[in-house]
Amino acid sequence: MTRYFTADHEWIAVEGDTATVGITDYAQSQLGDITFVELPAVGASLGKGDSASVVDSVKAASDVYAPVSGAVTEVNPALEDAPELVNSAPEGEGWLWKMTLSDAGQLDGLMDEAAYAAYVAGL
Amino acid sequence: MSDTYDLVRDAGAKPPILTLPLDAWHRERGGRMVEFAGYHMPVQYEGIMAEHQWTRAHAGLFDVSHMGQLVLRGDNVAQALESLLPGAFTTLKPGKQRYSLLLADDGGVLDDLIVTNRGDDFYVVVNGATKHADIAHIAARLPEGVALAHLEDHALLALQGPEAAVALGALGLVPAGDATRTLDALVFMEAAPFVWNGVALGVSRSGYTGEDGFEISVHRDHVAALADALLAQPAVKPIGLGARDSLRLEAGLPLYGHDLSPDIDPVEADLGFAIPARRRVADAGYPGAARLARAFAEGTARRRVGLLIEGRMAAREGAEVLADGRTVGTVTSGGFAPSLERPIAMAFVETALAVPGTSLTLSVRGKTLAATVTSLPFHPHRYVRKGAA
Repeated sequence: MTRYFTADHEWIAVEGDTATVGITDYAQSQLGDITFVELPAVGASLGKGDSASVVDSVKAASDVYAPVSGAVTEVNPALEDAPELVNSAPEGEGWLWKMTLSDAGQLDGLMDEAAYAAYVAGL
Repeated sequence: MSDTYDLVRDAGAKPPILTLPLDAWHRERGGRMVEFAGYHMPVQYEGIMAEHQWTRAHAGLFDVSHMGQLVLRGDNVAQALESLLPGAFTTLKPGKQRYSLLLADDGGVLDDLIVTNRGDDFYVVVNGATKHADIAHIAARLPEGVALAHLEDHALLALQGPEAAVALGALGLVPAGDATRTLDALVFMEAAPFVWNGVALGVSRSGYTGEDGFEISVHRDHVAALADALLAQPAVKPIGLGARDSLRLEAGLPLYGHDLSPDIDPVEADLGFAIPARRRVADAGYPGAARLARAFAEGTARRRVGLLIEGRMAAREGAEVLADGRTVGTVTSGGFAPSLERPIAMAFVETALAVPGTSLTLSVRGKTLAATVTSLPFHPHRYVRKGAA
């Protein structure tokens, strides 16, 4: 499984032709206490860069964008009762949705873990 | 991901952001700085939720030095204030404070503020983002013989929460005026001068959280030492702007620029308490008197209300309020309320619907949320008033 990162602080973990998407630890630390997560509909078709989900924190609502194009296959059911999982385990149990990849070539434009760490260090 | 406190965006051609006297102090304590009212200010330290709960349970220390501290002094200054503001100031006794509003000629709200009669002069605290416009508005309207000063060399701290009195009491403040006016003798909306370690402090029992607490004016050269001394008290933690906003929202207190603006008059905003009966007449002699007289006599088309929202999704400023599919108002501020563990909002709605218990809906990002009109505050005020044990 390979994990990629976007400049907008999403992560995408790819396994074959499907992927899991969430927000990074840096993103959750900037947002603060998350109180609600609005998830995409299963089956929804996402274009790379589309607003797919909204993460509500005490201070603001923030869009989460699709890192690549594809269709939503599953959303994280645990977030309905426990949106705080996005704070406590953003890159694990706090994942947001799973999707197919319609163009694996789009992954080439994303950062790997080391590049993202350097990017965050420079913010 | 993007959000309103975006860190990545280019600031563009904006005026330089100013720093407050405690800038380094906040950064050393982990404050995450954002721009607010033209200043770098801490939005949070350990987290908004934790800071909110700490303030409700113990005591929170807020740096509100961005606010404008003004002094009016001279002949007949109380009458001069009544020519500017819709409140009663000729009857405001020394040591007492009153909430009031700065109004445009058409009755729209230019700012909300607190006026303190200090005996020799009147001390006025206005909002940070509006202070320069306020000063120009006031200076242009002051009668001969009354002078306006801006205390730019003074910082302002707020210590709020049920343990604020014990924490501030531990510093051993000495009354600087009347010796009977000790910290314990002050009740809500009273103020007195004190001395701490040789430093002059102007202390009032007031705030913006709904809790008991104090606001402390101090020369900027001494504010870090005072903040350190307060933070050394076990009950005290530093609190950022994020929790200040969620605390005031739960307390039902309007925020200028959101729940109050030049398009809103004080009667619509449900702030009629700030205007005594004798000043609700068209010839009361302050800007906006005619509109206020009419609003009190005839009522207004809309009213500020509180809304309790079903579910977990928050409605924020700008969300439409609907009844039977018809737009009947707009949310002016809203968010998740940590003490109520649910989303709440303030909105302006048609007056006929501004009745507690009325069911309304909100439109947020294409979704419909159920909401119920409720009386304000959402979270009970816990002010220390006269006669209370």
